[in-house]
Amino acid sequence: MDFITLIQVLDSTIRLTTPLLLACLAGLYSERAGIFDIGLEGKMLASAFLSAAIAYVSGSVWLGLLAGIAASVLLSALHGLASITFRGNQLISGLAVTMLAQGFTVLVAQDWFQQGGRTPSLTGAGRFTGITLPFADALEPVPVIGPIYAELISGHSILVYLAFAMVPLTWWILFRTRFGLRLRAVGENPAAVDTAGISVTGLRYAAVLICGVLCGIAGAYLSTALQAGFVKDMTAGRGYIALAALIFAKWRPWHALWSCLLFGLLQAVALRFQNIDLGGIVIPVQVMDALPYILTVVILAGFVGKAIPPRAGGEPYVKER
Amino acid sequence: MTAPAIELKGISKSFGPVQANKDISIRVRPGTIHGIIGENGAGKSTLMSILYGFYKADSGEIWINGNETQIPDSQAAIAAGIGMVFQHFKLVENFTVLENVILGAEDSGLLKPSLARARKSLLNLAQEYGLNVDPDARIDEIGVGMQQRVEILKALYREAQILILDEPTGVLTPAEADQLFRILHRLREEGKTIILITHKLREIMEATDEVSVMRRGEMVATRTTSQTTPEELAELMVGRKVLLRVDKAPAQPGGKVLEIRNLHVRDEKGVERVKGINLSVRAGEILGIAGVAGNGQSELLEVLGGMRPGTGEVLLNGQPVELVGANGRAIRDKGIAHVPEDRQREGLIMDFHAWENVAFGYHHDPAYNRGLLMDNAALRADTERKIEKFDIRPADGWLSAKNFSGGNQQKIVVAREIERNPDLLLVGQPTRGVDIGAIEFIHKQIVALRDAGKAVLLVSVELEEIFSLSDRIAVMFDGHVMGERLPDQTDEKELGLLMAGVSGPREATA
Repeated sequence: MDFITLIQVLDSTIRLTTPLLLACLAGLYSERAGIFDIGLEGKMLASAFLSAAIAYVSGSVWLGLLAGIAASVLLSALHGLASITFRGNQLISGLAVTMLAQGFTVLVAQDWFQQGGRTPSLTGAGRFTGITLPFADALEPVPVIGPIYAELISGHSILVYLAFAMVPLTWWILFRTRFGLRLRAVGENPAAVDTAGISVTGLRYAAVLICGVLCGIAGAYLSTALQAGFVKDMTAGRGYIALAALIFAKWRPWHALWSCLLFGLLQAVALRFQNIDLGGIVIPVQVMDALPYILTVVILAGFVGKAIPPRAGGEPYVKER
Repeated sequence: MTAPAIELKGISKSFGPVQANKDISIRVRPGTIHGIIGENGAGKSTLMSILYGFYKADSGEIWINGNETQIPDSQAAIAAGIGMVFQHFKLVENFTVLENVILGAEDSGLLKPSLARARKSLLNLAQEYGLNVDPDARIDEIGVGMQQRVEILKALYREAQILILDEPTGVLTPAEADQLFRILHRLREEGKTIILITHKLREIMEATDEVSVMRRGEMVATRTTSQTTPEELAELMVGRKVLLRVDKAPAQPGGKVLEIRNLHVRDEKGVERVKGINLSVRAGEILGIAGVAGNGQSELLEVLGGMRPGTGEVLLNGQPVELVGANGRAIRDKGIAHVPEDRQREGLIMDFHAWENVAFGYHHDPAYNRGLLMDNAALRADTERKIEKFDIRPADGWLSAKNFSGGNQQKIVVAREIERNPDLLLVGQPTRGVDIGAIEFIHKQIVALRDAGKAVLLVSVELEEIFSLSDRIAVMFDGHVMGERLPDQTDEKELGLLMAGVSGPREATA
């Protein structure tokens, strides 16, 4: 494999990691606060659809992004209502959110655009385009550093940079701020938070809403940056892969980055090398495409070390008698 | 006369149909240690949780230092200068001591300044009150005694003037409890007001200035501690005269019924909890195992009861007992009966009727069966008999187990196990969460079984219970038997040292 191919695969890794990373960090906020969320997939899907639809109609990708975030936050609020206020089962509620999004997006897309459940292709200001960082052109001819800077680091959309910047920011919020301390506490022992005079409900809603915003950005990225429009089920299980990455990362921001990069790399490799010929044995493309999902199953089956989730995760908070 | 630090007027609180507090009024003088005593379920914790804003009272007034104060949530309680140390600590286990102390009392959005201030403040408090803790230790790495000091520090850091402690000594060794009381006295000298909730008469007599007694959700009396007696308090708690000591004749030990040789047990995480112990119990003898909770006693009972595998040798009447792949039924068939430590999880199925619970573990007994079918009529008749004999109230076999009080639930379990007339009775925490009246009854039943020439292995974290029942006492610490003593040749102090892992020179001859 030559240098340019390597750069291209890594470049593609970054693009494919971005939605996973955003969704993974979204899940991190929610689960650190004790609310399990298997509805990441649904929220991304709803946002992917609505952001593409609004971006197409308005011609502004920023309006599309806002609409996508709004859709995702709405579903988050629904999940919060079910699992925080009404103390319902968080898995069922998350599943319901995803199923709702899967059905509604196609239905509404068909009703609005009559294109078989997709949105029309986005062009121009309806899409996020790459940003060329300063000196990228000037540096390009420089060997090694040039391609790395110009191809790999420069030229991504703003959402990519945002996603990667969210990693240190999330770490800082979680471990250096009052909000982070309380957020982590409420996922471990909500009774400790309650007796310290802080609202458990308020904190958990805050976490769930942050989760909604991040999922919204992830979804909008899929349909307005990575692709140019919404197609049915375009999230393709990324919400679940993000959850697997979160468990793999043991609910820590920097680890989340590495595990999302791993999944992104697998997806990029599958895209780039369709059939791999290993001296007579050809690994078919389907095997490559399946790799991220196989890794997901392996991680969820607990083969990769023991991951201890936040102790109060999945449990509605009820004051004990 | 100065205004009371706390005055509650006519507090009532119901949980559904259960009235936990009925029109309760109490005055607590400032700068005193005020005890609240009552049986489990008398409503002590509920009352204090209302004062701390954890629950909201249905009606009634709270007056603090002479001013009526609304306490809708814990924040308001903290603002009013009230701190509470709950029975089950409210600490975040994977946080450091420092992080737990500042949680909810941070100075600003960023943690750094708060952490620095708390570190300084903790040093001062440690010096002032002897509350030594390592600020950087994680909660799950420190012992319960230190965890409790963290809870007290949390309250003091929030400048609490009134400190409520709910059953603070339940998890402590006697030495740790003494240290706690020294700290409380020190706090009183500094002018703080302390409310001590407990069901232990001894603590009330030793540590408090005044004591209020609660019974079934009502405040029945308030006394000056120096002018009352344990007997009077016990009578007020129960509502009738009670015998605080168990009357029993000297033991007549026979041959060895149970012999344990070099027993090792690991828990589900693979941590060794019982580390090669040797014990024996004779016929007609009660062997009491003392120790602070979590030192391997539970695992010992579970192995003997067939609930957990172990390695080593266990002989019952000279016959080896399976330690791996054993099950409750095989164990019971050998003549071992088991009253497990946690009756609600292991002794009963809470949603099942009493008459169903009364035969668990013995459902295969031909007396309860007719061919392929259960003989429910026989079961119910058997239940009637046990309800009568063990005075289980209410006397209704159709009630679900969860609808009985703790004491009566325990009577159902004890009736089931003792009525099998086992050679060996394993019994764990027989009176945890059981009212004094039922304690008396259950103790009598255990002693009666011993007098019938059976062997009893008793595990209890209550030293008082160990002393009043045991014919011989073994102390466990960190999976080892630290020593055996005869109850009339030892005292709480010596056992307390053994419970803390300090070995003594004297050995009893068994």
